[in-house]
Amino acid sequence: MTAPVLEMRNVDKSFGPIDVLHEINLKVHAGEVLCLLGDNGAGKSTLIRTLSGVHKPTRGEMLMDGEAVNFSNPKQAQQMGIATVHQFGGTYPLMSVGRNFFVGAEPTKGWGPFKVFDRQKANAIAVDAVQKFGITRITDGDRLVGGLSGGERQSLAIARAVHFGARVLILDEPTAALGVKQAAHVLRIVNEAKRRGLAVIFITHQVMHAMAVGDHFAVLIRGAIAADFRKGDKSREEIADLMAGGESMADLEASIEGYMETHEGHPPPAH
Amino acid sequence: MTMETTSQTSKPARPAATPSFSIGALFRRPEVGAFMGMVLVFVFFAYFGFDRNFLSPFGTSSWVNMASTIGIIAIPIGFLMIAGELDISIGAMVPAAKMSMAIACGYYGLPFVVGLLITFGIAFVVGWINGMLVTRTNVPSLIVTLATLFAVSGLTLFLSLLLTDTTSQALTSPPVAKFIFGDYHFWGFQSSVFWWIAIAAVLYYVLHMSPWGNWILALGGDKESARNAGIPIDKLKISLFILTAMAAALSGVCETVLSNSATTTTNFALIFNCIIAVVVGGVLLTGGFGTVAGVFFGTATLAIVQQGIGYTPFDRNLSSLIIGVMLLIAVLMNDTFRNMATSMSTSKKGK
Repeated sequence: MTAPVLEMRNVDKSFGPIDVLHEINLKVHAGEVLCLLGDNGAGKSTLIRTLSGVHKPTRGEMLMDGEAVNFSNPKQAQQMGIATVHQFGGTYPLMSVGRNFFVGAEPTKGWGPFKVFDRQKANAIAVDAVQKFGITRITDGDRLVGGLSGGERQSLAIARAVHFGARVLILDEPTAALGVKQAAHVLRIVNEAKRRGLAVIFITHQVMHAMAVGDHFAVLIRGAIAADFRKGDKSREEIADLMAGGESMADLEASIEGYMETHEGHPPPAH
Repeated sequence: MTMETTSQTSKPARPAATPSFSIGALFRRPEVGAFMGMVLVFVFFAYFGFDRNFLSPFGTSSWVNMASTIGIIAIPIGFLMIAGELDISIGAMVPAAKMSMAIACGYYGLPFVVGLLITFGIAFVVGWINGMLVTRTNVPSLIVTLATLFAVSGLTLFLSLLLTDTTSQALTSPPVAKFIFGDYHFWGFQSSVFWWIAIAAVLYYVLHMSPWGNWILALGGDKESARNAGIPIDKLKISLFILTAMAAALSGVCETVLSNSATTTTNFALIFNCIIAVVVGGVLLTGGFGTVAGVFFGTATLAIVQQGIGYTPFDRNLSSLIIGVMLLIAVLMNDTFRNMATSMSTSKKGK
């Protein structure tokens, strides 16, 4: 078996005395979608930032293709092929599709100091790249991105990451603000990225979306991996319970009920 | 380098989209709006000012000259606004440049070129300080440049009194310098008109044709994403502040050489004129969008109204009313444009 594209071994991350991540073990292979599930405050953001080179692990190691790596900044992680796509991040509503696609890496023509942004080339490549991801509605590279749907913008960002050589795609809640149809759209794109052999880390708290594309699941609770299982091992309800905190949630309910019984039906006072 | 780009996805999805809306096409050319506004205002004043020679060479140069002194600064201000920043310290930078020219060459009798070096050196430093303060402190640029506006203004007055004991200073320039920076040419056009056109041409290239333009637009569109895309956003911002201060200095030099004198008076009206020109020119106050041609037309519109009113039977004070109304219309139109561009087929965006 080939080495995972990206792996975390016993990674801890603490900010001063506060431990945010604890003994995280993750791996994602090429052509595989790893779904990271977790409620708000579970440490998802810190995990993403650690994966994408914003934070350095306090302990433990990160490996790419089986070799230890140590990112000193996000740029370095990007150069190694780790692309992070945030909800609407990376797209500029009032710029055209072609200009959006090449921000920071503009193709130019001409010579010496008189280099000119090659609009035609940029538009052609951008339109081609997004169409190959199945977004056939984008045919004009001069169109403003603000006029696209949320799903299309997300797709544009993913297509751009792939075009610029991403090997690991970290998608931060890509479906969170989208409607049902748009979300389905993004999920198709995720599948397409997987088909092309990218390793995808899909962060979400929508179990349905995770189930639709995931091969491998990890549930994050209070900074630790609470469950790690493969597709088909657990039902949707089980996963949702896990995310909500599983046992502790049931305990909390029981304790509230117990309090109400002994206090004539009043809920416990808020402290 | 592209990754493997073999087959299409299985699903053909929707048929190829209908050709983009004409509204979208119009939006991509917001300078058309600014241009039409200018034509409208021009026709209005041409009609009412015809009897009083608004269309004569002298009438034309009166508004073009005024437009040029604003326009040289307005385009860099427009760049800053596109990048999401503002610089109001130009109101003090212009008199500072005037005084430094006049004191260096008029009072101390230094060669004209040395005066230019000193003046643009000062402008560079002021722009750099503005840029550094904005990028390092994250204080809004309006406040930072408000502070430097008063600081530069106070320093200009203090140094003028300290060095020359007056607040105004005469300057005699050599003929070549006079020709380049401050003379009347054919039709009564000032030298600054040609500077304005040249700067507009160069900055048109920068914003719309060079990769830097893409960076400026991206910076104003989404600062964090621009940073993630590898754009040196702090350097870019500092450069834009330096550019603006240098442009203000150029405008000041042109005025001083033309009038052969300089005073320390801070030019508050200029600040407002520049902002009006930029906004009427279709630049979004929130950044991320704007064109050089739009700002060019916006500046011309402003100058036509301010100078043209004198050629009509109307009271001169009404020009401010017209400008106020015009500004409001322009901002409303800008907002409408932006909403059309960003809400086409996205209703659930959240942000």
